[in-house]
Amino acid sequence: MEVERRLRPEDVVELNPNYHFRWEEPQQAHVLLYPEGIVKLNHTAAAILEACTGAASIADGTAELARRYDKRNLGAEVLTFLEVAHAKGWIRIKS
Amino acid sequence: MPKAGSGLSLDGLGMTLWLVIELTYKCPLKCPWCSNPVDFDRYRNELTTKEWKAVLREGRRLGSLQLGFTGGEPMLRRDLEELVEEADRLGYYTNLITSGVGLNEKRLRALKKAGLKQIQLSIQACDQELNEKLVGLDVFAHKIAIARSIKAEGFPMVLNVPVSRYNIDQTAAFIELAADLGVEYVEFANLQYYNWALLNRSELLPTREQLARSEAEVKAARERLGKRLTIYYVVPDYHDSRPKACMNGWGSIHLTIAPDGTALPCQEARLIEGLEFPNVREHGLDWIWTQSPAFSKFRGDSWMKEPCRSCSEKEKDFGGCRCQAYLMTGDAANTDPVCAKSPHRPLIDALISGAETHRDQMPLIMREGGYPRRMGTR
Ligand SMILES: C[S@@+](CC[C@H](N)C(=O)[O-])C[C@H]1O[C@@H](n2cnc3c(N)ncnc32)[C@H](O)[C@@H]1O
Ligand code: SF4
Ligand code: SF4
Repeated sequence: MEVERRLRPEDVVELNPNYHFRWEEPQQAHVLLYPEGIVKLNHTAAAILEACTGAASIADGTAELARRYDKRNLGAEVLTFLEVAHAKGWIRIKS
Repeated sequence: MPKAGSGLSLDGLGMTLWLVIELTYKCPLKCPWCSNPVDFDRYRNELTTKEWKAVLREGRRLGSLQLGFTGGEPMLRRDLEELVEEADRLGYYTNLITSGVGLNEKRLRALKKAGLKQIQLSIQACDQELNEKLVGLDVFAHKIAIARSIKAEGFPMVLNVPVSRYNIDQTAAFIELAADLGVEYVEFANLQYYNWALLNRSELLPTREQLARSEAEVKAARERLGKRLTIYYVVPDYHDSRPKACMNGWGSIHLTIAPDGTALPCQEARLIEGLEFPNVREHGLDWIWTQSPAFSKFRGDSWMKEPCRSCSEKEKDFGGCRCQAYLMTGDAANTDPVCAKSPHRPLIDALISGAETHRDQMPLIMREGGYPRRMGTR
């Protein structure tokens, strides 16, 4: 069983493979689809998931977001959102 | 059925986010709580493969995202794989809702290849004897074997348990079984009393004590298993003081197509007499969803009567379930009698106490063709 711990900036996280994340034209939004569930994501949430899951570490993804949106000190906001996503089972720590 | 806590209070922007297609009402099992109509065998005129594909295309155009293949037993349709493939191509998240009968490894692999995303398998008891008593056939070993095959094929899986007084004392055993099978989700669905379940209600309703014990077992298991197993517990609405937010509101995000092409705001709605539900053989889905009188009937809140009309909760629960209001009060526009504010609430309380004190001791009426001609009215 996965040990529950807080996420760290150097972690690499990935989308839970049972979740599908995609742009949905009629909704004009990104959605997460999973067994009998739908989550409609706001723009910020979708941008974070896009930048911070898969290959890059959370820190690298955050830096990428900061460049793209020309904002500083995004670290805390990004981690807070990813913690929620982790608790909900949308993402997991890549081993 | 949409799960509690799965993003239910969803603003679909007026779109049919959730499409459920009941491919057939036929089923080899005889669950005495089956949510299919009691005269299910009258609807033999099933949509063809071509007609179902047209439904899928139109549904996507209306914004549908989640798609449930159900029935009856959807495995009885030989074109299931073909329909799943088409649905996947169109961009649906595809869910199969099955009793497992008719499912084998060959078809599992074909479904995987066709793009099926998820399987919900129902199981009615943790042992062969009770399972056979409840569904009328010896299929327990097959269900367990097929559950293992589903996991071996790599599908995420919901183990669905329709809960009645007969199996509620096996709550802990079901959880153990689910953990052993390695499924991601187990859903305890306390029965909803429509159609067959309503016929057998006095026999099926659990007692308060049984419920309390089962809820405690679920709570303990959640703490013990954490993320390994997600346990959904659909509380029995009779035992609540507020009604369920049925279907997220009538004609809000949910569309069911019955085997004969009848379009319904929920799977039970055809039991409301006097409402004429449109059929996909005669109308386009777009008209059905946006224009048809049946879908507009209880949309929003202008149809509400007191006490809902002036209640601050009406945007949360939409006044509850129209079918339940119809069945128990005779008027589908009444407040769901489960609500403590409903003048009909004493009806529900009487049923709950009835479950404690007396039982009809009637044999269960198993789901079979020919009802009610076979049984006479009751
Ligand atoms: C009508 S069945 C059709 C699919 C398949 N025959 C099966 O039973 O799994 C759809 C789902 O509804 C559940 N169900 C049937 N009757 C019910 C009732 N009265 N209340 C709650 N769930 C019910 C079943 O357990 C199943 O998960
Ligand atoms: S609930 Fe039971 S009887 Fe009804 S369709 Fe499913 S398996 Fe068949
Ligand atoms: S009165 Fe109507 S709106 Fe208010 S809580 Fe009861 S069912 Fe819901």
